[in-house]
Amino acid sequence: MNFKLHVWRQKNAAAKGRMEQYEARDINGDMSFLEMLDVVNEDLVEKGIDPIHFDHDCREGICGACSLVINGLPHGGMTGTTCEVRMRLFKDGSTIYIEPFRAKAFPVIKDLTVDRTSIDRVMQAGGFVSTHTGAATDANAILIPKDKAEEAMDAAACIGCGACVAACKNASGMLFVAAKVSQLALLPQGQAERERRVNKMVAQMDIEGFGNCTNYFECEAVCPKDISVKFIAKMNREYMRALVK
Amino acid sequence: MKLDSKVPSGPLEQKWQKHQFEMKLVNPANKRKYSAIVVGTGLAGASAAASLAELGYEVKAFCFQDSSRRAHSISAQGGINAAKNYQNDGDSVYRLFYDTIKGGDFRSREANTYRLAEVSNNIIDQCAAQGVPFAREYGGTLANRSFGGAQVSRTFYARGQTGQQLLLGAYSALMRQVGLGKVKMYPRTEMQDVVLIDGHAKGIVVRDMVTGEISSHAADAVVLATGGYGRVFYLSTMGLGCNVTAAYRAYKKGALFANPCFTQIHPTCIPHTGDYQCKLTLMSESLRNDGRIWVPGAKDEQRAPGQIPENERDYYLERKYPSFGNLAPRDISSRSAKEACDDGRGIGPSRYGVYLDFSDAINRLGKDVIKERYGNLFEMYELINDENPYEVPMRIYPASHYTMGGLWVDYNLMSNIPGLHVIGEANFSDHGANRLGASALMQGLADGYFVLPYTIGDYFVREGAKNISTDRPEFREAEEAVTMRIKKLLDVGGKQTPDSFHKRLGQIMWEKAGMARNEKGLKEALQEIPALREEFWNDVNVLGSADEMNMNVERAARVADFLEFAEIFCLDALDREESCGAHFREEYQTEEGEAVRNDKKYAYVAAWEHKGVGQKPELHKEDLQFESVQLATRSYK
Ligand SMILES: Cc1cc2nc3c(=O)[nH]c(=O)nc-3n(C[C@H](O)[C@H](O)[C@H](O)COP(=O)(O)OP(=O)(O)OC[C@H]3O[C@@H](n4cnc5c(N)ncnc54)[C@H](O)[C@@H]3O)c2cc1C
Ligand code: FES
Repeated sequence: MNFKLHVWRQKNAAAKGRMEQYEARDINGDMSFLEMLDVVNEDLVEKGIDPIHFDHDCREGICGACSLVINGLPHGGMTGTTCEVRMRLFKDGSTIYIEPFRAKAFPVIKDLTVDRTSIDRVMQAGGFVSTHTGAATDANAILIPKDKAEEAMDAAACIGCGACVAACKNASGMLFVAAKVSQLALLPQGQAERERRVNKMVAQMDIEGFGNCTNYFECEAVCPKDISVKFIAKMNREYMRALVK
Repeated sequence: MKLDSKVPSGPLEQKWQKHQFEMKLVNPANKRKYSAIVVGTGLAGASAAASLAELGYEVKAFCFQDSSRRAHSISAQGGINAAKNYQNDGDSVYRLFYDTIKGGDFRSREANTYRLAEVSNNIIDQCAAQGVPFAREYGGTLANRSFGGAQVSRTFYARGQTGQQLLLGAYSALMRQVGLGKVKMYPRTEMQDVVLIDGHAKGIVVRDMVTGEISSHAADAVVLATGGYGRVFYLSTMGLGCNVTAAYRAYKKGALFANPCFTQIHPTCIPHTGDYQCKLTLMSESLRNDGRIWVPGAKDEQRAPGQIPENERDYYLERKYPSFGNLAPRDISSRSAKEACDDGRGIGPSRYGVYLDFSDAINRLGKDVIKERYGNLFEMYELINDENPYEVPMRIYPASHYTMGGLWVDYNLMSNIPGLHVIGEANFSDHGANRLGASALMQGLADGYFVLPYTIGDYFVREGAKNISTDRPEFREAEEAVTMRIKKLLDVGGKQTPDSFHKRLGQIMWEKAGMARNEKGLKEALQEIPALREEFWNDVNVLGSADEMNMNVERAARVADFLEFAEIFCLDALDREESCGAHFREEYQTEEGEAVRNDKKYAYVAAWEHKGVGQKPELHKEDLQFESVQLATRSYK
C-alpha cells in the first residue's frame, strides 16, 4: 500500500510549525501506524532529513505515550491507541493527516511530541491514597464486593494518554480526572480523602488550563480504553458532595 | 577482588529480621540531611523513591519517558505472586522461596530469594491499601490464579493489566511525594554516567532530552532502577526505550555485571513476520492454561491447521512433559518450540511459529467461558494478525522478554561500588538462571518498598551526610566525557541508521546467543560483534545536533552501548559450560535433550569487571552457598 502523509513539523516549542508532505511507500497492511512512521523515518534519515518525532514506548496500547491526531481524531478515532491502529484500516492510496494532540495544557515540544506533565501535576494534587509504605493492614481485611472492584477497575484502566483532552472542543481534562476520582471514591481505601481529593484535583485542573466540560462527550468516543462518561457524572456528584460538606 | 555477599549468618528464616535489627538507623531529625538519586520510575524505582521520601530523605527521581507513569512495568499483564495462602492450598513463604530457587535452577542466592518470598505478602497489603483494584471474589476477598506452572494459586491480578495497576499505585505514591516537595521528578531526562567521588557513587550526569543540555546531580547515594536489557536482541516484548545504558555506564565505572547471559525467552509471543517490526507482542502466559500447543507431525506441512487430523499433530509439550504438559516452565517451552521449528515442522509464513489451539477448550467449556477468560487477548491477537483465534489456532513463537542478569549487588542491594544501589530487573539477584511468571513485579516492589529503604539507611549512617557539590572536578570531567561522546556520534557522518545496526546486532544475538547456544556460535558472535561495532563507529548516520530533542542521538547512544555490552553477554555464555535454566548450551544436554547442570564447577555467580572496550573483562566468582535447599535436578516430566 502507498499513502500520502501530511505531517505537522515543528522544530521546537518556540518555532512556528507547519504541515509537510511525505510519501509512505510499500506499506504492509499488518503494520501498525507507528511502524509505518518508522519506515518513513528510516527513509527520511537516509535522505538526511530530520525524522518525525513522536512519543511512544510500549507499542501495545498500555503505556499511553503515543499520542497522534490522525485525520482529525485522536488515535484516529479507532479502537485502541495510535500504536494499535493497523494500516489495513486505511484505503490504499489515501492521504493521511497527522498532527499532535492539541490543547492549552499540552504545549508542543517538537513535531508530534507534546508536554503532558500537566496530567502528572493534577495527580500530584490528589490522585492518591495517603498511606505510607508499611502502614497497610492485611489485604483481606478490606472486603470489596466483586462488582465494586470491577467498576473501580473500569475507571482505573485509564492510561493517561490525554486523547480525551485532545478530542474535546474545550480541551477539558474531565474524563481523565473523573476516572481517578471515581476509582478511589468507589473503594473503601479512598474514603478518608474523598472530598479533599476531588476539590484539589479539580482546582489543579483549572490551574493547568484544562477547559470545562460542556457535555460534548467526544472524550468517550476516542478513549482507547473505553472509559465511560458516567464517571464524569459521578465526579460531578462527588464535587457537589464535597462542596456541601 | 573479593566479592562479599554480606549475607547475614543464622537460620534462613531469621536472617532478614536479624539484619534489620543489626542495621544502623538514621535519626529522624537527620533524615532530611541525606539525599538519594533514583534513576528509573518503574515498579522498583517509583516504589523506592516514594518510600525513601516518606522516610524523610531528599529524593530526586529520573526517567526517560515523558511521565513516570509510562515505565515499561506498565505492560506486565499476568500478575504478581505472594505467599498469602488465601486459597488454603498449601502455599507458604518457604514454598514460594523453594519454587523460585528451583525455577531459577539453583543459580540464585538463597538468602535473597528467601527474603523476596518473605516480604511478598506485605506487597499485596501495601498495594491494596493504595487502592489497586485487584480482582475479587463475590465475598469481597482477593482472587488468585495459578500462573506460570505453579501448583498453587498464589498469583494476584487486576484483569490483564496487573503491571499497569501496580505501577499506577506506586506512581500515585510517588506523585504524592512530588506534591509534598519531597521528591523532585525529572522526566525526559536520561542518565548518561555515574560519578564517583573517593570511590563512592555520589551523583550522575544526565541529558535533558528536550533541550539536549548536559548537567549533573549529586546525592549521598545513587539507586539504579533502570530495568532490563532484553532489547540487546532488538526484537523483544519490552518497551522500545528499554536499554542497557545506565547499567552499562555503571559497569564501565567499575560496577560488576553479573550473569549477563541469563536472559528469558518467553514462549508465547506473536511471531516475527516482517522486517519492519521493532517489537514482538506478548500473548499472556495464562493462555497456556487452556490452549494446547502443537505443530504438524510432518515436515513442511502445507495444509491449513483445521485440515490436519488429530493423529498427524504433535502436541510436543504434552508428549515430552506429561505431568506439566502445556504449563511446562518458560525456558523449556521456548526451547521445545525452537526444536520443532528447527526440525522443519514450524508453521506460519516464516515457518518459525507453533500453534496455540483453543478448539478443545471451546468445545469443553463453551466460547463464552473462553471469551470471559481471554476476550481482551483474543481481540488484541486479531487486531495484530487479522485472524480470529476462536476459529483458527493462534500462531506463537518465543521472544526475548526478561533479563535475570544485571549489575551485581550484595544482600543490601548495593553494588561493589559503595553507594551505588541497584534494584528491580536491573540487578541480578533473585531469579538465578530463569524467572518464574509473576515474580518480576514481586521483586521490583520488594526491592523498592521493603528492602532498599532499610538497607540504604545503614549506608547513610556509616558514611555520614556529605553534601557534595556538583562543582567538583569529577562532575566536570564526567560531563565533558558525555558531551564528547555525543559529539563523536554526530561527527561520524556515515550512511547507516542507528536502528539498522541495532537490528543486525539483534540477529547475531538471537541466532548465536538466543535460546540455544554453543561454543562455535558464541565464538563467531565474539568476532562479529566487534566488527559490527567498528562499522558502526565508521558509518553510522546520526542527524541533527546535540542541543535539541533528537531521537537519532538517543538511539545511537543506546545502540553504541548495546554493541559493547553484547560482547560480555557472549563471553559469559561461553564461560558457563553447563546448561541451566534459560541458559542452554547444546554441548551439555542429555540424550533426550534435557539440560545438564554442572553444580561442581558452575554453582557461582559470574561477575564481570570492565577492563577496557574490546578487552576481555575479568571474571570474579561468587560461590553460591546453599544452606537450606538440596540441589536437585529440575524435572517437569
Ligand atoms: C510484556 C511483558 C509482560 C510482563 N508481565 C509480567 C507479569 O505478568 N508478571 C511479572 O511479575 N512480570 C512481568 N513482566 C516483567 C516485569 O514487567 C518487569 O521485569 C518489571 O516491570 C521491571 O520493572 P523495573 O522497575 O525493574 O524496570 P522498568 O519498569 O523497566 O523501569 C525502568 C525505568 O528506568 C528508566 N530508565 C532506564 N534507563 C534510563 C536512563 N538511562 N536514564 C533515566 N531513566 C532510565 C525508565 O524510564 C523507567 O522508568 C513482564 C514484562 C513484559 C515485557
Ligand atoms: S506506545 Fe504505549 S500506548 Fe502506544
